[in-house]
Amino acid sequence: MFGMVATSVAHKTADFAQRRRWIVGGVIVVVGLLALWFFAIQVPADELSKYRFSGGGDAVQLPVVELPTAATNWILSLLLIGFGVYHLVRGLTNSAVLFGVIAFLLLAIFLTWSIRGASLNLTGLMESTLIRSIPFLLGALSGIMCERSGIINIAIEGMMLTAAFVSVIVGALTGNLWIALVAGVLSGALIAGVHAVFSIQFKVDQIISGTVINIFAVGLTNFLNLRWLTTNQELNNSGVFAKVPIPFLADIPVLGTILFNQIALVYIALILMFAVNFLLYKTRWGLRTRAVGEHPKAADTLGVNVFKIRYVNVILAGMLAALGGAFLTLGSVGRFDKLMTNGRGFIALAAMIFGNWNPFGSFGASLLFGFMDSLQLKLQILTSVIPSEILLMAPYLATMIVLAGVVGRVRPPAAEGIPYEKQ
Amino acid sequence: MPPILELRGITKRFPGVLANDHIDLTLNQGEIHALLGENGAGKSTLMNVLYGLYHPDEGEILVRGNPIRMTGPRDAIAQGIGMVHQHFMLIPVFTVTENVMLGDESITNGVVLDRKKVAREIRELSTKYGLEVNPDLYIKDLSVGVQQRVEIIKLLYRKADILILDEPTAVLTPQEADDLFQVLRNLKARGNSIIFITHKLREVLELADRITVLRLGKVVGSADPQSATSAELARMMVGRSVILSVDKEPAQPKAVTLAVQDLVVRDERQNIAVNGVSFQVHAGEVLGIAGVQGNGQTELAQALTGLRKVESGQVTILGEDTTHANPRKISELRVAHVPEDRQADGLVLNFPVEDNLVLNEYYRPPFAKGIVMNFDAIQTAAEERVREFDVRTPSIFVNAGNLSGGNQQKVIVAREFSRDIALLIASQPTRGLDVGSIEYIHKRIIEKRDAGVAVLLVSNELDEIMSLSDRVAVMFKGEIIDTVNAAETTKEALGLLMAGVHEPGASPQPQTPNAQAETLDEIA
Repeated sequence: MFGMVATSVAHKTADFAQRRRWIVGGVIVVVGLLALWFFAIQVPADELSKYRFSGGGDAVQLPVVELPTAATNWILSLLLIGFGVYHLVRGLTNSAVLFGVIAFLLLAIFLTWSIRGASLNLTGLMESTLIRSIPFLLGALSGIMCERSGIINIAIEGMMLTAAFVSVIVGALTGNLWIALVAGVLSGALIAGVHAVFSIQFKVDQIISGTVINIFAVGLTNFLNLRWLTTNQELNNSGVFAKVPIPFLADIPVLGTILFNQIALVYIALILMFAVNFLLYKTRWGLRTRAVGEHPKAADTLGVNVFKIRYVNVILAGMLAALGGAFLTLGSVGRFDKLMTNGRGFIALAAMIFGNWNPFGSFGASLLFGFMDSLQLKLQILTSVIPSEILLMAPYLATMIVLAGVVGRVRPPAAEGIPYEKQ
Repeated sequence: MPPILELRGITKRFPGVLANDHIDLTLNQGEIHALLGENGAGKSTLMNVLYGLYHPDEGEILVRGNPIRMTGPRDAIAQGIGMVHQHFMLIPVFTVTENVMLGDESITNGVVLDRKKVAREIRELSTKYGLEVNPDLYIKDLSVGVQQRVEIIKLLYRKADILILDEPTAVLTPQEADDLFQVLRNLKARGNSIIFITHKLREVLELADRITVLRLGKVVGSADPQSATSAELARMMVGRSVILSVDKEPAQPKAVTLAVQDLVVRDERQNIAVNGVSFQVHAGEVLGIAGVQGNGQTELAQALTGLRKVESGQVTILGEDTTHANPRKISELRVAHVPEDRQADGLVLNFPVEDNLVLNEYYRPPFAKGIVMNFDAIQTAAEERVREFDVRTPSIFVNAGNLSGGNQQKVIVAREFSRDIALLIASQPTRGLDVGSIEYIHKRIIEKRDAGVAVLLVSNELDEIMSLSDRVAVMFKGEIIDTVNAAETTKEALGLLMAGVHEPGASPQPQTPNAQAETLDEIA
């Protein structure tokens, strides 16, 4: 009798999975048909989309790839439809593959359509993707350091904004970008220290503490910006870091341009990604940090100082977020504009969640958001069909879609957000 | 030679409570010393003082004859003191190795964790003491019994030779408990000294070399396990004579009250927790659901009371289909529920006792008329219930959260039992309660049964199941693997079923009712 019951249960579960497969597969097919209609059938047959791989000043000029827009999108759309049918019939178990292939095909179709009658420098797009992902990466690393020890950090935005402001002024006053960077990082540590005292010492709700810091940072930088910087424009000009090409590597076509001809902060951020990963998984400090974030009482009974671990991690987190903030000024425009972080701290938070509180996963997510960010810029120049206001929403739309898809699949640290009370 | 550990005049006060009152205790090298007492007697406080988690207000601790001062667990560990806490201090997403090394990590190349070396040490310890465990597995994939072995290995890895175990058998099957006792004897034979905290009399008599009994923060006596009896120890613990067995007549089962057919329920992680369970409970009988914690009993009780969605199958109460009914609908069918987690599901801790006593009826006359509450009626009823069910509370206006666990449970029982009911679903009704409260709640449950109520009793305590149930259904991995007549089975047989061992041919040794009564005193 129990055997029968077990079979019926297995049957039910299979039913559920099959229904889900049909829905997902059906949606893919419908999307593929829509893409076929709008981006292939509606396009005149003689239009061309050109993809370039070299910038005007590059030593090695790679050939330009010219594709007939309609024909290319016919093929890509049919591939998408075929993929949807395959999923309907056979079923793909690996949801990462599913997600990746659909996203790639849709993007390729959309991009080819957008640049019809024009050309796009793909290498340039990749380069700006990497650059624009760096603040997200640093913000996400900040979130990881903080939250792995059990303290929620939604103050990344505020920390970034403060550091962006401080580093510009110090840069303008001293004329030394490295001193400006250190000053920015210290300001982040200070703000994080406030968050630490609130949430560890006084056991304030960590979301509230973070929100207060965000509001405070916005108010303070806006006020000082208005009172000082608008009247003393010379204070609002720090200069920017110069590119540091790495010898030989920077000369590799495509890859060299993307990876090895960047400002020092980009290299530092990528090194920090490996460093945080090493720290978390290979060192004593990391083991204790993760233990404290999962089950602080267990760590305490083994003589681990929960409060010390949390304080240090929160302050390190503030420094990482501050690097991301300073990158926005010292690394790109050299001046402070009000509200210039523009929600990047929150996107970084989403990248952290998407990456399941892992440095490498979060970097992947940061690249995705960085790509949406730079694509949006390119498309604003290229197309007139889609209003630029809509394009500006791209990174945020991507964030929402990604978070909606990923929620429930990731696991936050178990003790996150719960103040630790010694008995 | 001085005792390996000596506590002199330990006193610990909490606001309004004297948790430990000048306690003296000695532990000799190579002995198992049992610390016996009810909940709230001060056992755990004393051990937390010894482990450096609390600082005593008075008194001193001597290890190997030297007075020591402790500021935290680190000092205790340095003195060779190790503790297995009642609630395991393990990190589910860490491996065994990571849990063992945490706080005392091996390092190579200056900074890198040396997991291999620690894993090797764990394997050595596990062979030496018979603590079988795979160091590379994650804690979340281990059974409770194996998790406890990891806790013990944690102590041995730190070279602890004074081991404190706080209620170590509370979560184990009888077989796992026997394994644990074997390990402890083995540890003792190798010269380790053990303090064993429990409120179960059988374990004390079976395992201990010496017994010290605590009551209300004071040492009330010590006993020699060779000559002491359960009744004596229970009297010492409670301070009065305790009737350890439950007096009950044979059940007079009548019509079916609760019928469950092919019930399937999922847990939070969408795994199937209850897998095609079918059973019936008749009016006037107690059906016990036995099983090791985490085999679907919790989800079963939640599904029956409308707190959890039913995936498939059918639940019928008094002929009405309640498969997808909400809790209020079920409650209005005269179903009483004593939930497993009394603080989360049974009470509103920030509400006064009087409100908690009418939570199931507050919206109906006489407690409300339309949308207007009748506070006089609520107060009168509350006073009456507090008196009748002997809830020890300063007043009915005190928040439920301020009462002791036993009195909180009495508030729930008073609320659920004070109206006309047809079905009682009681989950872990006496978990964590002291002997006196257990005795009282058991008596009430049997009274209800004799008044014709159908009772579904879910409990991890085998003794409780044995003494209250008329029939026992054993759950294992979401299924009922067997249903047996309580009078015709033994603890050992049930223990095997709880561990998933089911041999259809092997019928358990029937026992006479008298022999049955013998085992009942282990409730204490």
